[in-house]
Amino acid sequence: MAVLVVADHDNVSLKDNTNKTVTAALALSPDVDVLVAGQGVDAVAAQAAKITGVRKVLTAQSDALGKQIAEALAACVTPLMANYDAVLIPATSAGKNFAPRVAALLDVAPISEIIEVKGPTTFVRPIYAGNALETVESSDAKKVITVRGTAFKAAGEDGSAAIEAVDPGAGAPKTRFISDELVKSDRPELAGAKIVVSGGRAMGSAEEFHRVIEPLADRLGAAVGASRAAVDAGYAPNDYQVGQTGKVVAPQLYIAVGISGAIQHLAGMKDSKVIVAINKDADAPIFQVADYGLVADYKTAVPDLMAALGDAG
Amino acid sequence: MKILVPVKRVLDYNVKARVKSDQTGVDLANVKMAMNPFCEIAVEEAIRLKEKGVVTEIVVVSIGPIQAQETIRTALAMGGDRGVLVQTDADPEPLEVAKLLKAVALVEQPGLILMGKQAIDGDNNAVGQMLSALLDWPQATFASKIEVSGETVRVTREVDGGLQTLELDLPAVVTADLRLNEPRYASLPNIMKAKKKTIEIKAPDDFGGLAGGHLKVMKVTEPAKRVAGVKVENAAELVAKLKTEAGVI
Ligand SMILES: Cc1cc2nc3c(=O)[nH]c(=O)nc-3n(C[C@H](O)[C@H](O)[C@H](O)COP(=O)(O)OP(=O)(O)OC[C@H]3O[C@@H](n4cnc5c(N)ncnc54)[C@H](O)[C@@H]3O)c2cc1C
Ligand SMILES: Nc1ncnc2c1ncn2[C@@H]1O[C@H](COP(=O)(O)O)[C@@H](O)[C@H]1O
Repeated sequence: MAVLVVADHDNVSLKDNTNKTVTAALALSPDVDVLVAGQGVDAVAAQAAKITGVRKVLTAQSDALGKQIAEALAACVTPLMANYDAVLIPATSAGKNFAPRVAALLDVAPISEIIEVKGPTTFVRPIYAGNALETVESSDAKKVITVRGTAFKAAGEDGSAAIEAVDPGAGAPKTRFISDELVKSDRPELAGAKIVVSGGRAMGSAEEFHRVIEPLADRLGAAVGASRAAVDAGYAPNDYQVGQTGKVVAPQLYIAVGISGAIQHLAGMKDSKVIVAINKDADAPIFQVADYGLVADYKTAVPDLMAALGDAG
Repeated sequence: MKILVPVKRVLDYNVKARVKSDQTGVDLANVKMAMNPFCEIAVEEAIRLKEKGVVTEIVVVSIGPIQAQETIRTALAMGGDRGVLVQTDADPEPLEVAKLLKAVALVEQPGLILMGKQAIDGDNNAVGQMLSALLDWPQATFASKIEVSGETVRVTREVDGGLQTLELDLPAVVTADLRLNEPRYASLPNIMKAKKKTIEIKAPDDFGGLAGGHLKVMKVTEPAKRVAGVKVENAAELVAKLKTEAGVI
């Protein structure tokens, strides 16, 4: 059995999600190749070639692949599946966008966001916002799977696989890229961060979110997250959203400030190692999952916390 | 232009899912069911497109048990024009749903299919993408803005890192994200009017039948529970505990 992993990258650098997906792939087969599909991705491919356990790196390049257009990615990956028994794709917005297309074109059932490989045909995945775990067995000869990165350890980087170019495929003739509006940040990326500080509706404004959440995150070297309520109200950009329909994170430390702890929010952070909640309502559901709860107004608690961190050096 | 909106009946999002003790699934007996929130957003957007004069007819389709009629009725009360229920008690997986929806689309010939990005029961996030691939129509998932002009649609999508805007040739498949709009409540007069709108009841065999599952659910279990920890008195105690007890800073 051979497995193809589709790399997570932004044409500039390889993302840690790729290493995590390789770990899931190695649980299926020792024969794991990585596809880097994009534009100008030679440096990314070189990085992928270092991932421990990878047999070969394939590169496919075109403008449409560089913009991660779903039709183009599916047109590139589907023919490659003649040589593979499974394709594992990181469950990022780009991965979720094209993986089901590959499955439909192969006439197989996609398996979304697995968190465990039980055997060559059996996988575990969360359903109902993580309130239940489903163990599914696939009878398809070829498997199309997206992988939740937080559930797997990243493979190391002491390999030296060969790199080979493949056909980028037919592109996306009916879809045109118009523009990107990407948020630039020097902070760690939410999905892979060791510490995440998230703010909720309690912030009340974008200014307050900047004033309170960001300095605390910077003091801890943390990524910034938010609840849906905070994002909807415009206090934080949409890609900060943590939860069932936002990002799933599992950092060492998750600090929720002024977040009530709705099931849809918990779905995105309850696998964090240590959870801290700061909320003025002692009955807020977030305290039911928090390792350390501080019942207080954030307006005093966060400055106190900054001061205490300062003292602690 | 005609628009097709597939909607799914799911456990109401306010209700916490409970796993059945025999581990065969989630308990759906005597619990509140409702339209999948993302489908509601798709219905709302279809209505807004009709109000703008872009769309002339909104056809709402659901695949599910007879009770899914209620879900369709809700969409008609919001402003949909007519409904199609493909009635089945099987719980078809995304591939089968996509195949049935393709067959419905070939009959209805819509200019646009607008649907939810994800059903909050299975959390698959797959049917729209599969339907688009099967029809060989372009797709734009996770839409937060939709503008139809002539033979194309411009969609702003929520992606990791920000937003992406694409232009698709019509017909196309678009899936709705949370921030596309805020769905309206149906008014009482519209609820009354919706009672007179037609819902055609069809069988999977009218649309090529159910192919049979590729996936078998072996068991459904409860995730490990987190236990509530301790309350700390103040920020200083919190920092001390994070350093010495948890060792995370
Ligand atoms: C289909 C669907 C998908 C969803 N997906 C997501 C998702 O992915 N992520 C997500 O987060 N939500 C999601 N939601 C929304 C979710 O249900 C909640 O509405 C949302 O998480 C609430 O955000 P919040 O906790 O910031 O706001 P609230 O629930 O309003 O909580 C605010 C909290 O702040 C506290 N507070 C107020 N003032 C202060 C103060 N001065 N100091 C300290 N504490 C204070 C309050 O006690 C309260 O607990 C989804 C909903 C639906 C229907
Ligand atoms: N049984 C169904 N009937 C009608 N539409 C469905 C059904 N299942 C899924 N869909 C549509 O597909 C979207 C995505 O669902 P899923 O891929 O299952 O997460 C939903 O928001 C619906 O618009």
